Amino acid sequence: MVVIGVDIGSVATKGILISDGVQHKTIFPTGWSPRDASDAVIAQLLHQSGIEGQRVTRIFGTGYGRVAFDQADKTVTEIKCHARGIAELLPEVRTIIDIGGQDSKVIRIGERGQVVDFSMNDKCAAGTGRFLQVMATALGLDVSELGAAEDPAQRLPISSMCTVFAESEIIGLMAKGNPKGGIVAGLHQSVGKRVAAMAKRLGIKEPIAFTGGVAINQGVKRALEEELGAPVMVSEACQYTGALGAALLALENV
Amino acid sequence: MADYQQMWTDLGMDLEKHDVLCEVLPEAFGGVYLTQQNRPKGMDFYDFVVSEIHGVRPAEMIQHQKEGGKVFGTFCVYVPDEVVFAAGGIAAGLCGGSQFWVSGGEKVLPANTCPLIKASVGARLDKTCPFFLIPDMYVGETTCDGKKKAWEILAGEVPFHIIDIPQMKRDRDIAAFEAEIKDFIAVVEKVTGNKITAESLGEAIKLINNKRRALQRVYNARKASPVPISGKDALLVTQINFYDDPARAAEMANNLADELEQRINSGSGVFPDNALRIMISGTPMAIPNWKLHHIVESLGAAVVVEESCTGTRYFENLVDESATTLDGQIRALAERYMKTNCACFTPNTARIDDIVRLADEYKVDGIIDTNLQFCNIYSTESYQVKQALTERNQPIMHIETDYSEQDFEQLRTRVEAFLEMLRK
Repeated sequence: MVVIGVDIGSVATKGILISDGVQHKTIFPTGWSPRDASDAVIAQLLHQSGIEGQRVTRIFGTGYGRVAFDQADKTVTEIKCHARGIAELLPEVRTIIDIGGQDSKVIRIGERGQVVDFSMNDKCAAGTGRFLQVMATALGLDVSELGAAEDPAQRLPISSMCTVFAESEIIGLMAKGNPKGGIVAGLHQSVGKRVAAMAKRLGIKEPIAFTGGVAINQGVKRALEEELGAPVMVSEACQYTGALGAALLALENV
Repeated sequence: MADYQQMWTDLGMDLEKHDVLCEVLPEAFGGVYLTQQNRPKGMDFYDFVVSEIHGVRPAEMIQHQKEGGKVFGTFCVYVPDEVVFAAGGIAAGLCGGSQFWVSGGEKVLPANTCPLIKASVGARLDKTCPFFLIPDMYVGETTCDGKKKAWEILAGEVPFHIIDIPQMKRDRDIAAFEAEIKDFIAVVEKVTGNKITAESLGEAIKLINNKRRALQRVYNARKASPVPISGKDALLVTQINFYDDPARAAEMANNLADELEQRINSGSGVFPDNALRIMISGTPMAIPNWKLHHIVESLGAAVVVEESCTGTRYFENLVDESATTLDGQIRALAERYMKTNCACFTPNTARIDDIVRLADEYKVDGIIDTNLQFCNIYSTESYQVKQALTERNQPIMHIETDYSEQDFEQLRTRVEAFLEMLRK
């Protein structure tokens, strides 16, 4: 059987095709059209695997753009998909911290990979990938460079949680000649603190996994571990967790 | 809709601004309500009231004033309507439930005030709602800090009486509320020029109790599976009951309940019998706030009960009708109103008991505990509510939101994930 899972996030659209147990994956920027991005992801997956479109049994969609995804046979929330994806990647995990482009989530999962409880940030951008993106721009960096740019030894506290105020705050810190590495470490700590507080409120059960695009950033992982006082696992496929979950749910047809 | 332009002009309304509201409301109502399948016939009355929302009932109130009667605007389920009706007055709940009025409120209130207070103040100051312009007197109460301070601002606009609501429920607090009712009686007698007697108060107690009994019947029907009425429709019934004539409100709710009982007998409902059953608990949803119900029900789950002021808190307890003296009736009123459990009281464990009991009575699969943004007391209490319900293995999620559409997609994802969790 051939199935596809597509996770249409606010920044990136991720796809996984599973054909007789073999996985193919791809990622595209979502851009302004989630529909175009998901079409592109499906076309690329078919191209990569050399499988014809007619052989695809089911396509499941997830992520914020799922509502506009008309190729999907079914859409599922990213919360359920992350739980299913992690049950495959890191089956021992009981708590997932997912930080994506526009929201962050904490998901507690049971022994069968089922969602037991979850919490999501409110509508503000604090503690999300967007926060880091805005700050990276202010610092003249690409968001992908943040992880390597931090210098925890020189960490400067960033007190503003709000994206707009934090931006002014770091512009002020730079104007005073503070080292960039210290500011970046402070930003990572700010995200870690915010998300760890949300996780503690929900209740954490170890082991903990960190998923979503922001999980690639080693600095946020470090900050989260510090704030949670517990190790955090990051799978190599962390960015694909939701897409993998969608593909597996499509395979199981649930 | 009939032509109410002259009436609105006479009330001093801002007609230009009001036209904007009149344009958007039918569309919103159509999208949320009229798209529902197999609605009870009994909802026709409520649909009609909405279609003439700023016309038909305001016209009756103005007619009442022309005949020498008085109208009192209220904002809370702790205000005893019985007193007003006993003096031949009309009491009407005024709470604002639309984002449309929020910016008007923000002109004078801090941004971090709850949307219900902002909308209520904005509706008055912007002169875009006839209900807020008709009353001869506003009756406020001391349930939360936001309201207390908002009354001070509104008191510059219209004669105001404030009822002091206790914050605890000891015997002396109930006695204090009894004294507040006596003061309220004196104020209402003065404004209306009518003396309240044991006979008139006894009649008014029966009048309001009958409305409560009718609403209880509608809610009892929601305990059935398949549920014979949507949560959105039941919410609309309660919302309209806040300002409709109480005798007609009871009659219409009883007619609806008759139909719902027939539906139960024939096993017909508006959701499949395996649909998830959801309770919404928390802060009130003033008309036209249907946001959360709409999200839940568009995702295929049924809202079967509201533990809120626009739900069970409004009608669950009846006033004892056996007292024959004014003192006895006032005591009965105080006892009844102090049975209502709001987060403005401490401790408030009885509210948690209510949620647990209702979850059982209405056989709910999950609870969405919600509060309007910046409602400090309900937001704080949500922690205790979640603890208590989790201990009982009752799935619960907390949502804080306002009247705006900006978090609609976010909320939909959260509610959808909650429903997925319940379906496992």
